Amino acid sequence: MSGSSIVWRRRRSAAAGVWREFRGNRGGLVGLVVLGAVVVLALLVPLLTDEAGLDVTRVDAPLWAPPSAEHWLGTDNTGRDVLLLTWWGTRVSLVVGLAATVLSVGIGSLIGVLAAHFGGWASATLLRVTDFFLVLPSLVLAIALSTVLPRGLGTIVLAIGVTSWPSTALLVRAQTLTIEGRPFIERARALGGGHRHVIGRHVLPAVLPLVFVNTTLTVASAIVAESTLSFLGLGDPTRVSWGSMLHTATVQGAVSKGAWWFLLPPGLGVVVVVLAFTSCGRALETVLDPRLRGER
Amino acid sequence: MTDALAPAADAHETGPSRTGRSGAHATLRHVAGRVGGALLSLLLVVVLGFLLFRVVPGDPVVAMTRGRPMNAELIAEMRARFGLDDPLPVQFLEHLGQLVRGDLGTSYFYRRPVAELIGERVGPTLLLAGTSTVIAVALGLWLGVRSAWRRASRFDQISTGVALTLWAMPTFWLGLLLLVVTGDLFPSGGIRSSGTPPGLLPEILDVAHHMVLPCLTMIAVVYAQYLLVMRSSLLEEMGADYLITAKAKGLRDDQVRRRHAVPNALLPTVTQVFMHLGLVVSGAITVETVFSWPGLGLLTYEALSGPDLPLLQGTFVVLAGAVIVMNLLADLLLRVLDPRVRAS
Repeated sequence: MSGSSIVWRRRRSAAAGVWREFRGNRGGLVGLVVLGAVVVLALLVPLLTDEAGLDVTRVDAPLWAPPSAEHWLGTDNTGRDVLLLTWWGTRVSLVVGLAATVLSVGIGSLIGVLAAHFGGWASATLLRVTDFFLVLPSLVLAIALSTVLPRGLGTIVLAIGVTSWPSTALLVRAQTLTIEGRPFIERARALGGGHRHVIGRHVLPAVLPLVFVNTTLTVASAIVAESTLSFLGLGDPTRVSWGSMLHTATVQGAVSKGAWWFLLPPGLGVVVVVLAFTSCGRALETVLDPRLRGER
Repeated sequence: MTDALAPAADAHETGPSRTGRSGAHATLRHVAGRVGGALLSLLLVVVLGFLLFRVVPGDPVVAMTRGRPMNAELIAEMRARFGLDDPLPVQFLEHLGQLVRGDLGTSYFYRRPVAELIGERVGPTLLLAGTSTVIAVALGLWLGVRSAWRRASRFDQISTGVALTLWAMPTFWLGLLLLVVTGDLFPSGGIRSSGTPPGLLPEILDVAHHMVLPCLTMIAVVYAQYLLVMRSSLLEEMGADYLITAKAKGLRDDQVRRRHAVPNALLPTVTQVFMHLGLVVSGAITVETVFSWPGLGLLTYEALSGPDLPLLQGTFVVLAGAVIVMNLLADLLLRVLDPRVRAS
């Protein structure tokens, strides 16, 4: 049997152990099931519904209609079905949330590992930058970025990703430092392993589980951030997202009209998805960090 | 957007080094380092503001004269007047000089100095954010202590669950819901109504009446992170030997909690509270937008629909700068309060 297949077998069995533990955590399991359902629904929208319902010029339902048998969640200010809008909105919110998280966790991990691995002035500079971004109010910077860059999903992803990485960086740095203090790293170095070998083969595999937990929590805040930016009118005007629905609702006076059916669904969408991600993240955290056992 | 739920990564490496006489020297060096760091951060904010609002968007003269007939001479004259023909570093130094003199430029929309506009809006924001933060911190810490002390009890499960649910809510959405639910009970926006009789008491009551919903919204969304940080910080202390000693010498349960466990758990929490001040600023922006509260957040929102770049740059620099300064103060204060930090 070759060396790498032993490694893989060990990793598989470790993953199976994590899954066994995770399965025992009720909150985490519920979160995972909800997430699965939301993702499947988001993937199925184009098959089950007609995108024409999103086009203002092609709907002829009454405006501001409260929920009825025909429109389960009522209609918006242009007569579009709120259920349909919310359903389509899932896609943008999930995609932006995930993409921003990938960017944020990517930057955070890179800076965290580099800051811990290379000491000296490089590390000091990286820490200084991390500290700066950590303190800076992220929404303010995100607003600034999405104002000056062209409107679009890419800008929103960039604005969230660039502002939310510092906590990941600090976490990864702390973990990298503890791992690099262990004897096997010294052994790897003594055997002639270069930076690439040490980081790629030893540090990253040990840091990744933690990064993964952090990722689920980052997605949650990225989704809230997306809805906030879109609510402020900085989203992609051509796409329906939960935040942009709430933007339209507020601007068109849904509050004074008492149109709760237009306000409730998109916000509930955010709450459900964010809660699902957080409970998954917390469950994983408990599984991977034995000190937290005994909590629900 | 800062994820309060991520495990707290401790930025300070604490190692006990008790070198009595050089203590004062070390303190001085620490203070100098922190102040220097904060100044560097402030400079970075100014550079970032300059890059974002002056360099990226392109020629401000084009933005200012959009939709109006202009001839080339007039444009050239304007460019010269705003110093746009100078190289960027020169422009930046010019900008820095203006900033130091308190000149933040002129708003496109209001046609008034940005510094003046910001000055008018600081008060309401301080009132709203200050009140909400104080209440949210008190509430969060109190609930956090009770949750941790009876970990996994019914109380813990419910309070953590409620906090997580509120934390998952977009701030502005909660505000909108409160507005719809309460109907005419509270004013829907602004800071005072026009029909208030003159006199100090009626005016205070009127402002307080306007403040109820915005305050509630901010507290609801912000307190969760204080609760969670306090809870996990106290949980970490709970296994410590000194608590067993305290119990063994016969202290009652809540004496152990109040005198021994909580003070130790409180200081890391306070650090975290200040680390997440940015969250309060984010909350202020959305809450003020929803409730038309005439503060810096609403000013930022108003500047977005233009976009009114000088105004946005002004609020960016002021909000970010305020958070940096508050952090510095908190850091220095913590050093006075916590002997452990002082010793490290």
